[in-house]
Amino acid sequence: MRAFQILIDGFAISALYALGATGFTLIFGVSGVLNLSHGAIMVAAAVAAWAAASILNVGTYAGALIGVGVALLTSFATYFAVVKPIQDSRRIPNEEKEIFVLTGTLLWGIMIQEVIAYFFTNNAKTVLPIVEGVVEILGVRTPSNEIFTAIVCCFVIALLWLLVNRTRTGKAVLAASMNPRGVTLLGLELTNIYVVVWAIYGILAGIAGVLLGMFLGVSSYSVGPLTASAFSIVVLGGLGSVSGSLIAAFVVGYLETLTAYLVSPAYRTIPALLLLVFVMYIRPQGLLGRR
Amino acid sequence: MASFFTTRLFFISLALVVIAATLPLYVSGYVLGLLTVAFYFGVFAMAWDLLFGFAGEVNFGPTFLIGVGAYTAGILNAQFGWSVYACIVLGALASVIAGLVLALPALRVRGPYFGLTTLVAVLMLQNFIVVFADLTGGEIGLTIPDVISINAGVNYWIALGFMTISAAILYGLSQSPVGLVLQASGQDPVQAGALGFNIVKHKLAAFIVSAFFSGLSGALLVFYFGTASVGTVVDVAVGVNVIVSAVLGGRRTVLGAALGAIFLIVAGEFLRPTGELATFIVSAVALLVVLFFPGGFLGAALSREARS
Repeated sequence: MRAFQILIDGFAISALYALGATGFTLIFGVSGVLNLSHGAIMVAAAVAAWAAASILNVGTYAGALIGVGVALLTSFATYFAVVKPIQDSRRIPNEEKEIFVLTGTLLWGIMIQEVIAYFFTNNAKTVLPIVEGVVEILGVRTPSNEIFTAIVCCFVIALLWLLVNRTRTGKAVLAASMNPRGVTLLGLELTNIYVVVWAIYGILAGIAGVLLGMFLGVSSYSVGPLTASAFSIVVLGGLGSVSGSLIAAFVVGYLETLTAYLVSPAYRTIPALLLLVFVMYIRPQGLLGRR
Repeated sequence: MASFFTTRLFFISLALVVIAATLPLYVSGYVLGLLTVAFYFGVFAMAWDLLFGFAGEVNFGPTFLIGVGAYTAGILNAQFGWSVYACIVLGALASVIAGLVLALPALRVRGPYFGLTTLVAVLMLQNFIVVFADLTGGEIGLTIPDVISINAGVNYWIALGFMTISAAILYGLSQSPVGLVLQASGQDPVQAGALGFNIVKHKLAAFIVSAFFSGLSGALLVFYFGTASVGTVVDVAVGVNVIVSAVLGGRRTVLGAALGAIFLIVAGEFLRPTGELATFIVSAVALLVVLFFPGGFLGAALSREARS
């Protein structure tokens, strides 16, 4: 009974983590950018969906779409206003661009967080779920929304896999992550590929954010923890490796759920952090990372 | 090194310190209190800059070192009743040990991986403080019975003196041969190693020095505040402020980091009437500086001087 409950809850959380971390790792793999405004973009999507549905009364479906749209716009803004100027800057030495992107996106994330807090307060918001009610699986009463979250996550990740491996654009993205110079020599514009990746990232982060808002609720305080959890999942899986982050998301998700059910919810994040330190020590490049 | 005492930077710094030292004679206690905190933050930022600007290591967890120093001093004083000065010394020592423990595994990894290891250290410390609430005061914080002084002027002078001495030592170190080796190993570890320098030893030394000053400053800050809490010395947001200060003031300048910290805290106070937008404005200004003056305040000033 309890085992099934852990299995089901853990799956939903893990799928959500996986979706959130996939976009993050994709951007790193293709353009070497660690986007520390990740949590802020997710929260922006959730809050936009909440505001559209609860204040403007556009309905849950339109609300969710607006949320994803806002995440897409924010993602483009992040790229064009913060990341691209730093990458193109001649005054910043190349070997220091990484830390500048980290600092820049961090500040950008704080700005988004403050804007959200200013207009919509710091209170936690729960987006109205698209599906309501409770279903019974294997004797466990589970909210339909939880199942819905898990299904959407898996579906979107499968779609991403198809996009990357089966379409021309996707293959260009894949190639850019392997060898950017080779791609430009083949006559593809690298900037276009980056724009595509940031678009994919925005949509993924938006869906993850809206689902998170329906499942657990968000507030502007969730920004930091969300970025930190995506960062640790991605590093655990190996930076830039999408399949690695999927595995890592499930490891972290189940570890947290197990701890919360069997030990105490207060210690929820500790085993995952210990595991992370341990993996970094014996295998610094992460589970499936390449150096 | 000796030529430094004739540069314009030295005279400007000297003049600033002298002017700052006379402030308690004519400004209010409120301004002094603000600057006292800013000076301790300046030391945090300088210690961080030594590690990042010179050793090239992005330490996302400056508050791990600060927090260990602050909480060790606080706990020894509040729970065991040790004297203030013993607590401060032991706080700094604990921070050095924490720095060693963190550095040994962390120096095996580079770049973002190193950053994450240090970030995880902060999260673990935060969890530890919450879990062992009996000892640490948990989320509410630890109330500390003793203070160094209740006089705002004395506290201010202690902070100013501490910052000046720290700045002199850290700046001197950064300009010394050791600093140059550090800088070289940060920029190109393979080549620096090939020249026969022991990179790991130098980076470890940088870690220890950085930890010592972070811990000492954290311990002093705790005795100034009269309380130690996660929100003031451990939270990731505090670490972000330290990093932003250093980048804003100009990385690889040490002294700029202190300027950045003072600017950040004073600007935050000036913007208080704007309410919740204060953090937004400070972050936006910092982002603009990062985008358009990547050298920071001091970097921009120094490069202009070098050109003329």
